Amino acid sequence: MPDILRGGAILLAVLAVAALPLLADGYWLSIAVTIMMYTALSTSWALFSGPTHYIALSTGAFYGIGGYLVATGMSDFGTSFWTMMAIAPFVAALLAGAIGIATLRLSGVYFVIFTLGLAEMIRNLVSWVQNNFLGSKGLYVLTELEERHIYWMLLAVTLAVFLFGWRLGRSRMGFALRILGNDEEVARHVGIDTARTKVLLFMTTGFFAALVGAIVAPRYYYIEPNVVFSPELSFLVVIMALLGGTRRLYGPLLGVIPFTLLWEVVSASFPSATTMVLGLAFLLIVYLIPDGVTGLIGKLRKRSVP
Amino acid sequence: MNRRNFAIASAAVALSFAFSEAPQAQEPIKFGMVAHLSGPLAGGEAVTHLPNVQLWVEEVNGRGGLMVDGKRRPVEIVQYDDKTNPAEHIKAVQRLASQDEVDFMIAPYGTGFNIAAAPIYARYKYPLVAVTAITDEIHELTDKFPNMFFTLGSTSGFVEGVTNTLKTLQSKGVIGDKVAMVNVADAFGIELAGVAREKFKEAGFNIVYDKSYPLGTPDLSPVMKGAKAAAPDAFVAWSYPPDSFALTEQAIIEDLDVKAFYTAVATAFPAYGGKFGNAIEGNLGAGGVNPNTDAMKAYRKRHQDVTGKAPDYWASATYYSALQVLEQAIEGVGKVDREAVTEHIKNNAFETVIGTIRFDKHNNSERYWSVGQWRGGQFVAVADTGMGDSVAPVAKKGWK
Repeated sequence: MPDILRGGAILLAVLAVAALPLLADGYWLSIAVTIMMYTALSTSWALFSGPTHYIALSTGAFYGIGGYLVATGMSDFGTSFWTMMAIAPFVAALLAGAIGIATLRLSGVYFVIFTLGLAEMIRNLVSWVQNNFLGSKGLYVLTELEERHIYWMLLAVTLAVFLFGWRLGRSRMGFALRILGNDEEVARHVGIDTARTKVLLFMTTGFFAALVGAIVAPRYYYIEPNVVFSPELSFLVVIMALLGGTRRLYGPLLGVIPFTLLWEVVSASFPSATTMVLGLAFLLIVYLIPDGVTGLIGKLRKRSVP
Repeated sequence: MNRRNFAIASAAVALSFAFSEAPQAQEPIKFGMVAHLSGPLAGGEAVTHLPNVQLWVEEVNGRGGLMVDGKRRPVEIVQYDDKTNPAEHIKAVQRLASQDEVDFMIAPYGTGFNIAAAPIYARYKYPLVAVTAITDEIHELTDKFPNMFFTLGSTSGFVEGVTNTLKTLQSKGVIGDKVAMVNVADAFGIELAGVAREKFKEAGFNIVYDKSYPLGTPDLSPVMKGAKAAAPDAFVAWSYPPDSFALTEQAIIEDLDVKAFYTAVATAFPAYGGKFGNAIEGNLGAGGVNPNTDAMKAYRKRHQDVTGKAPDYWASATYYSALQVLEQAIEGVGKVDREAVTEHIKNNAFETVIGTIRFDKHNNSERYWSVGQWRGGQFVAVADTGMGDSVAPVAKKGWK
């Protein structure tokens, strides 16, 4: 397809997606917000974890930082939502940088375990600071923002993630990442600063996760640290990305949409057995489509062209 | 799951819904409820909310349903699980409102969930009679969401109850002025401890030990040892259910010699009395009821008979009362008209199992018990706001 046609098609698609709140309200909009939120989170997660194969379970931690900073800024310091939304991702990125420097030397399973504990550690740290220095009158995020405003902001973030991913794929950094993912030893021998590359990408995912957390905070109106730093979110992001496949930029999107809808059918039809049905769904996904939806499409294509 | 199986499964689900609705004589009035069937708050939900909903449905349908448009219509609950997750909660409320199109909603469990759900309730004009939501922002919230009502009191009201209880004990010469205070380092505990620090000082108490512990701490023995070393006259813990139990256990082990011992949430649970028996005679805690009114006695008996469990001595009765408010308002209006029902709740008084409920201009019912004390197997209110029927607190007996 010529570039202009392709560009036009993408532009049309984006406009159509942006027009959704004008058509759908209430229920479908709330599902659209969920899809948009997980698309941004899963895609930015895959930018780092896809090529490097480091399974990071830290999304919940950074997402929580975004939500918590907005809440504490607005409740304890009287700062505006917009200021906190602008600050939060940078705080998370700095933190991700520090964590990355300390832990990205860890390999494989050690890294997974560390990131899993991270959300819990930050939640405790936050509670400790609040308990000893800030006090608390309840963390309220009272804004005039409606669901559709949140949707548009998330759409903007999602586009930024895609744009970033697209640029990355064409940059020296992206090339370095791919080599690094295939063999870190080789990457180091050809002169790639592997530590720096990994830390920078890890910071990016932290940045976007906190930004999403900050944008979504007004939806909850009231933030509790033990709820906002939920480990479940980290797992969902990973599972959705793996379902879609992490080899392509649009892969996670193909995981997020069916998974959110499936989750919705499950919650609506089997309200008291969601956890069990979810577990079964995971097993099926892992056994039947281990390479994700994009992997499956690739395989089918190969088969049809003999 | 492939597409064909999925289609068959959804068709089966759709069919089962179609059949289940067929034999009803009168079309039911649908009440939506998003419950925490799993996750951190599932325990509280199971003690305080779910049995009351079961009891209420049974009572109302036992007399043929709610009287609207001149005939009785049965009530039906449409329930979803949110796994104690606010995002899931919002989605489920949204689904109830616009897919299931329920006629009314039943308030969720927990301050955060009531507040998170409030904007959607407001958009669809559902009255929200919140119970397990305790905050000092009642005025701001009801200004913003005029269909939201509060029934269980404010944070400050709670701390005042404890302060007054301690003062009464002090004026009787039961305790001196030395208070040991601990709190769980979570939104709830931090907020209450912050307010208490000021109020205790104003009341002339001397906080000799002030310590927090993280949520989910498995071992609270250092906390209790520290409190004991400070030789306090009274011990106050702004605690959650697991730590209320653990702190009591440690106090028994350490034989903490205080004449006033307060633990916050879950002290009012029947399981607390069941676990510690006589050792907790005279223990203080959040909540309490007046178990001696006829309405309360009848309610407690019916709750036991219908659900097979005893209600707690705090929010259970208030939650049932909130359902009664909704029920009486719907019958008062005589129509399934949410806006009219909200107006009716604002402008009328309601006879419930906790007595008369009437809302002020901020949609707040200033009638609640705030501190209870275990006396002979019952958890009796010793401090209240606007109730006026709590009894005087007495000294705690030893642990043995």
